[in-house]
Amino acid sequence: MREMMYRDAICEALAEEMRRDASVFLMGEDVAEHGGNFRATVGLYNEFGQQRVFDTPLSESALVGAGVGAAMMGMRPVVEVMFADFVTIAMDAIVNHAAKVAYMSGGEVSAPMVIRLAAYGAGRRSGAHHSQSIESLLTNVPGLTIVMPSTAYDAKGLLKTSIRTQNPVLFIEHKMLYAKKGEVPEGEYLLPIGVADIKRAGADLTIVSYGRMVDVSLAAARTLEKDGVNAEVIDLRSLQPLDEETILASVRKTGHLLIVHEAPVRGGFGGEVAAVVAEKALGYLDAPIRRVGAPWVPVPFSPTLEDAYVPKEADVVKAAQAVMAN
Amino acid sequence: MEYTNKLESRDLLEMYRLLMLTREFEDRLCGLWGRGGVVELPHGSQGQEAIAIGACYGLRVQDQVLPSLRTRGAFIVKGVPTTLQMAGIFGKVGGPARGKSTTHHMTDPVRGVLLGTGLIGSDIPVAVGAALAFKLQKKESIVVNFFGDGAAQRGDFHEGLNFAAVFKLPVIFVLENNGYAEYTPLNKHFAGTNFACRAEGYGFPGIRLDGNDVLAVYEAVQVAAARARAGEGPTLLECMTYRYRNHCEGQTPEYMRDPAEIAEWQKKDPIPRFEAYLVERGLLNEADRSRVYAAAQAEMDTAIRYAEESPFPPVEEMSTGAYAPEDPTLVGGRRI
Ligand SMILES: Cc1ncc(C[n+]2csc(CCOP(=O)(O)OP(=O)(O)O)c2C)c(N)n1
Repeated sequence: MREMMYRDAICEALAEEMRRDASVFLMGEDVAEHGGNFRATVGLYNEFGQQRVFDTPLSESALVGAGVGAAMMGMRPVVEVMFADFVTIAMDAIVNHAAKVAYMSGGEVSAPMVIRLAAYGAGRRSGAHHSQSIESLLTNVPGLTIVMPSTAYDAKGLLKTSIRTQNPVLFIEHKMLYAKKGEVPEGEYLLPIGVADIKRAGADLTIVSYGRMVDVSLAAARTLEKDGVNAEVIDLRSLQPLDEETILASVRKTGHLLIVHEAPVRGGFGGEVAAVVAEKALGYLDAPIRRVGAPWVPVPFSPTLEDAYVPKEADVVKAAQAVMAN
Repeated sequence: MEYTNKLESRDLLEMYRLLMLTREFEDRLCGLWGRGGVVELPHGSQGQEAIAIGACYGLRVQDQVLPSLRTRGAFIVKGVPTTLQMAGIFGKVGGPARGKSTTHHMTDPVRGVLLGTGLIGSDIPVAVGAALAFKLQKKESIVVNFFGDGAAQRGDFHEGLNFAAVFKLPVIFVLENNGYAEYTPLNKHFAGTNFACRAEGYGFPGIRLDGNDVLAVYEAVQVAAARARAGEGPTLLECMTYRYRNHCEGQTPEYMRDPAEIAEWQKKDPIPRFEAYLVERGLLNEADRSRVYAAAQAEMDTAIRYAEESPFPPVEEMSTGAYAPEDPTLVGGRRI
């Protein structure tokens, strides 16, 4: 099958949706001629012109807020926030308007838009302001849909669906995944939002992950195999909606649960996954649940510190062994 | 030129040295990028150095500056050692916060560098708050906040300026207008004619000036500083300038800017212009020039060697410091 980079899969999804639906447009900082800071929108300006692909002032709250207004009036904006960290500036538009207009209007109107939070996460020595995993700031807001793809295939299919839904979607992309290649079939396909993907089947241990940590979890699963532990790796793909059924079915089978994300463990989304399992499948667990994530500090800059900060295969293996030791 | 006229020869020569050192710092740094060692992505300020030097020369030690991503000279005038800066850029333990932070975003309030931010424009309200503290403390200190034309499009710019005006706070907003925000030219992110006039809307003076004229910047900041120290409130200075290098190193080749535009601005380079002035005043000859340049080179040799030879921070450094210690030597959040 055809291979393509994650960033090109995003671009292809955007192009296809823009060809299909004239109300889809893209705005953000340096997304037009420049093609995006992480090169995920290259060529769109040439194909669709500046009416539909344009650069905005350095104004994240206006960028996202204007997206909300345009969406309410019948457009389908895709707005790019250049680094996911900058979402804090647009938080009001997202939390108080995008997320709530459907409910507060009694269903009269909604904000069907995609907010692409580009380049989240650590790994490029970018320091504390350009490296955060911010998804947990958003998962406690009813009305939002939160998608975090880990492969080119998922990115394309999920982005196309995100553009078509009637609700605001936070589409969160890891900076270290943009250049990752994966198989993407020719032609159109859509993936449903809210369906987790079992990236590796296994019988002994359930590893729930998402975003960049899926690959780290898969690497750990391969290592664990040599120790005789057969791990199943579930890629949530979206945190909201959360595919509880896939998680619960896996845990009922394996009796062991490990959750892996790059965000700090404390207050991270792993706590929610653990709570769901504790509420609905506690009796199936043969060992306490464990979580792997970042420590309780901002992302450090220096290579030695950043490398120590980000969860690695060895951390996942160690935590898995601890779960299995019970 | 009330304040400039009071500058002595040694002040002028010192400003010249600082300009040369800043240029050399940036040139060496950009040259090192991609060859191993440099970890922090350089955002070169070549072409814009006169703003930092003119604005910071003459500030008091206690005055706080908040540099933009392109105010390298502010760190240098404020006395942050080039060794420390370079070690930071190399990600070494001798850098800011023992390797936790980039130099870009460093904090060193003892020397008068309050905050750098990765969130362009978000430092403006913080600058205003520092000025509020000075007012409440009845200090004569002031705050100088540097940012670009891109940053001026943030809501924080408007909120910060209005807040400073309402409470007549001792802060100077130095807008480095280089005509671009990353790859977006000014005419694509701004429909107005100038930024200086925005200050009038908030009730305080805004002045547009030649940011490549180090003495013009010095004079304007000194006038604004006197106003701020007298409790008369803020000033906005829109300094017109240009950056020669790409937004940052390691990016796709420059293709958005016309090489003729870059060449045109190079004719207005702040360093030869100031040199010509010093030569005309009889303060500088070719031998002096070579000496100052050699000294800048030697200082950068030392800084780079120090950075190369310094160790990386120990891993334990990572997990400490998210909270300040409950330590009596921190007074009002500041180490004394
Ligand atoms: C809030 C925020 N939005 C976007 C960025 C990405 N970014 C970094 S620098 C920059 C352009 C800044 O332009 P300007 O303020 O004019 O400063 P200049 O680079 O021209 O010196 C952008 C968009 C950022 N760091 N922070």
